[in-house]
Amino acid sequence: MLTALLILWPALAALLVLLVKGQGAKRIAFGAALAELVLGVWAWINFTPNASTQFLLNEPWIAEAGIMFKVGMDGISLLMVLLTVFLVPLIILSTFKHNYEKPSSFYALILFMQTGLVGVFTALDAFVFYFFWEVALIPIYFIAGMWGGENRVRVTFKFFIYTVFGSLFMLAAFVYLYFQTPGTHSSEEVAFYQLVLDAGTQSWLFWFLFIAFAIKMPVFPFHTWQPDTYSEAPAAGTMLLSGIMLKMGIYGALRWLLPVVPLGVSQWSTVVLVLAIIGIIYGAIIAIRQQDLKRLVAFSSVSHVGLIAAGLFTLNEHGMQGAMVQMLSHGINVVGMFFIIDIIQSRIGTREIAAMGGITQNTPFMSVCFLVLLLGTVALPLTNGFVGEFLLLMGVYQYNNWMGAIAGLTIILGAVYMLRMFQRVMFGEQNEITRGFTDLTFNEKAVLVPLVVMVFWIGLHPNTFLSLSEPSVLKLLDVIKR
Amino acid sequence: MTSIILLSIFGILNLFVGFMKSKRVLMPVVLLFLAVALGATLFDWNQPKSYFSNMLSTDNFSVGFTAVMVVSTLLILPFSRRYAINENANLAEYYSLLLFSLVGGIMMVSYENLLILFVGIEIMSISMYILAGSDKRNILSNEASMKYFLMGSFFTGILLFGVALLYGATGAFYLTDIAAAATRMDPATAPLLLMGLLLVLTGITFKIGAAPFHFWTPDVYEGTPTVFTSYMSTVVKTAGIAAFYKLMSAAFGGVYDQWFPTVVAITVLTLLIGNIGAVTQTSMKRMLAYSSISHAGYLMIALTSFNDRSENAILFYSLAYAVATIAAFGVMKYVSDERGSDEYAAFNGLGKTNPLLAFVMTVAMLSLAGIPLTGGFFGKLFLFSAALEQDMVWLIVIAVLMSAVGIYYYFRVIIAMYMKEPAGDRIALDPLATFTLISLVVLTVLMGVAPGLFSNLL
Repeated sequence: MLTALLILWPALAALLVLLVKGQGAKRIAFGAALAELVLGVWAWINFTPNASTQFLLNEPWIAEAGIMFKVGMDGISLLMVLLTVFLVPLIILSTFKHNYEKPSSFYALILFMQTGLVGVFTALDAFVFYFFWEVALIPIYFIAGMWGGENRVRVTFKFFIYTVFGSLFMLAAFVYLYFQTPGTHSSEEVAFYQLVLDAGTQSWLFWFLFIAFAIKMPVFPFHTWQPDTYSEAPAAGTMLLSGIMLKMGIYGALRWLLPVVPLGVSQWSTVVLVLAIIGIIYGAIIAIRQQDLKRLVAFSSVSHVGLIAAGLFTLNEHGMQGAMVQMLSHGINVVGMFFIIDIIQSRIGTREIAAMGGITQNTPFMSVCFLVLLLGTVALPLTNGFVGEFLLLMGVYQYNNWMGAIAGLTIILGAVYMLRMFQRVMFGEQNEITRGFTDLTFNEKAVLVPLVVMVFWIGLHPNTFLSLSEPSVLKLLDVIKR
Repeated sequence: MTSIILLSIFGILNLFVGFMKSKRVLMPVVLLFLAVALGATLFDWNQPKSYFSNMLSTDNFSVGFTAVMVVSTLLILPFSRRYAINENANLAEYYSLLLFSLVGGIMMVSYENLLILFVGIEIMSISMYILAGSDKRNILSNEASMKYFLMGSFFTGILLFGVALLYGATGAFYLTDIAAAATRMDPATAPLLLMGLLLVLTGITFKIGAAPFHFWTPDVYEGTPTVFTSYMSTVVKTAGIAAFYKLMSAAFGGVYDQWFPTVVAITVLTLLIGNIGAVTQTSMKRMLAYSSISHAGYLMIALTSFNDRSENAILFYSLAYAVATIAAFGVMKYVSDERGSDEYAAFNGLGKTNPLLAFVMTVAMLSLAGIPLTGGFFGKLFLFSAALEQDMVWLIVIAVLMSAVGIYYYFRVIIAMYMKEPAGDRIALDPLATFTLISLVVLTVLMGVAPGLFSNLL
């Protein structure tokens, strides 16, 4: 029941927000997202940390076809849901300084997207998963397309076509798998896990599923939609995309690819790792050359997600637990980075790195927050990024020494582009543009402080979160190695 | 059967109602007629009967498709309100023709004998030839009527020729007798039988607007007054595909291997031509014409397998497609009447001036594109499932690719509505049309959220 409530509440709240006229919508949306956060924390408190699926809801959906509306949470799902319910209120709060046109639609779409996201992370039936997968896509398309920058129409359209194209293949694979289940057929997760398919079938099924997830993550060479979309979307849209939606791809691979076609995975995992590692290096090198802050962080995201993908496909515990914790860390850090970029842009009206300098002098508070998030991104010990990347690199190293060594370059290259950026933006002489830069307002602090706290929490005591997902990850590994 | 009789009587009665001075009473009367006919149809649910020496039969298959057609007509009519204001329009005649055409459609889904199929197609088509040209002063409407009539009668001729050959080969018009003869496949008459089948197939393919006999569709759709285009692309198509399915499953299911490659080739061609043709259109109406071709292709996928699943899939898809198409044509009618054009550009900024119209159109486009939360998604899912049950993986790959192409052209309208500056002022709506549009949206979303309600009717 709790899971159903977590899914339904944002959708209901979205309808409510639609009825509100004017800028009051943002407050109601924020309140609704906070209520959802309370629900999420309530689920966390009542969660027993073992491998079982809890808060289960199993109702017939298309009864005669054996398709159930089955949702519930194990440790992996819970972590993703917690990430979602934690970030969405902050993302809403981060937009308070903007007065968007048609605010009620804007905030209703954000809440509606939350329904899709929570649905994706809790679905235990393939068709329910696909359903929410697309439900999450529609709102973000409109958010980016209606409130985005100049090239938004072309860019968001490319993004939409790209992702739907991928997911249609996933749908075809699901339908095929559904017909392989015995008896009257079932599309439940457990039924898919029990399938025994020959290696040849698994081989092509792997690509049908992988393309969908790879486009969403995105893994090199399926990333071409991402930098454009990130830079054209409004700040809130970019945060939703990079902070949460990207995790749909990783989570999808974890839940619906690795355990479903293990033979296909073992056949192709080297290819995926090579692609992921190319992405790590490629993203980092391109990021070094960027002049636009948003694009820089977008490419750094390609690089970091490459590492998560690589860790995931190593199929060892370090890699997978690393992927889990890094999904949280990346979500927190990237949302913080994009928010700071949004603050800078709204103060001085540009994202060009060359135009900035000396911002620290007026803004001690923001500088500290920015630096902490940045150090989290470059994986300094004691911050959240370190835990995730360390585990991931260990996983990749176990898989193959050379790959581990090359993937490890991400930390060096990450430090290069991030610290260079910080230096050029925040230090140095003040100029005409940055002279009047004011420090954070109360609302902005209210967004950044929780994020900074999380950077340290995960960095200092990752076990709070790792222990939640560990039993489920081990169980999943058993299924994969069956 | 009751609905056939009732609708014929209502059609004639309606002509007399037309003598009354006020044209405004006509629509409520026709809506009432249709509601009565719908009730009479549903009354036959689970009560199979046959009539006229078993030439016509009502079973759940025919009741289901009849209901879809009657409901579609009910939902289309409210958009014809504007004709009631126009003094020159012969409204009573139009409505009567629609009712007669519906009678033909019902015969097409309940035939047991090829002659009834032929008569049904003719009754339906002749009404449509006239309605296509009902905008008498408009040269495009005249062209549409002429083209539709010439091509249509030519293909009905081909169909009749096929029926004659089948009779020559099997000595029967009844589906069951033909099925028996086809399974025996007497070498002496086999060429005749297969030739006859091919010609009948050609005739029906024309009616549902499948490639390579689709050429009439864009021109005829464009010229025909929008309300009747909407009828043409929903009711006529539903009748055609149901008749097609019934023919292939009841009469030729046993010689599946013989015609299967042909049907698959037609399906693939239809999917390709419909979807790729739609991409290059700049007019919304022509885009919808090509989209209707592509949906004929999707529906034909169900012909790759004959079981409960595929029957239900066709029914579900027909309803989902009809509801979305009616909504799209309904919104388009208001936009083109008000802004004088049915180009994409006419829809610019509709999201700002008329949020309701834009929202309805968005839901319709999402449904036609097969995005979840709408009926179109489950329609596609069920159809693809039917084909995958036969291991037609490569056919599904083509269909999936074409669905992705579909998103491209359906979303151009959405982009125009929400991401461009308004091309005109607010469009005034009457309450009945508003109510109908909202019902269409509710039905689409209901089918997308609780598909179980509709997916296992037959």
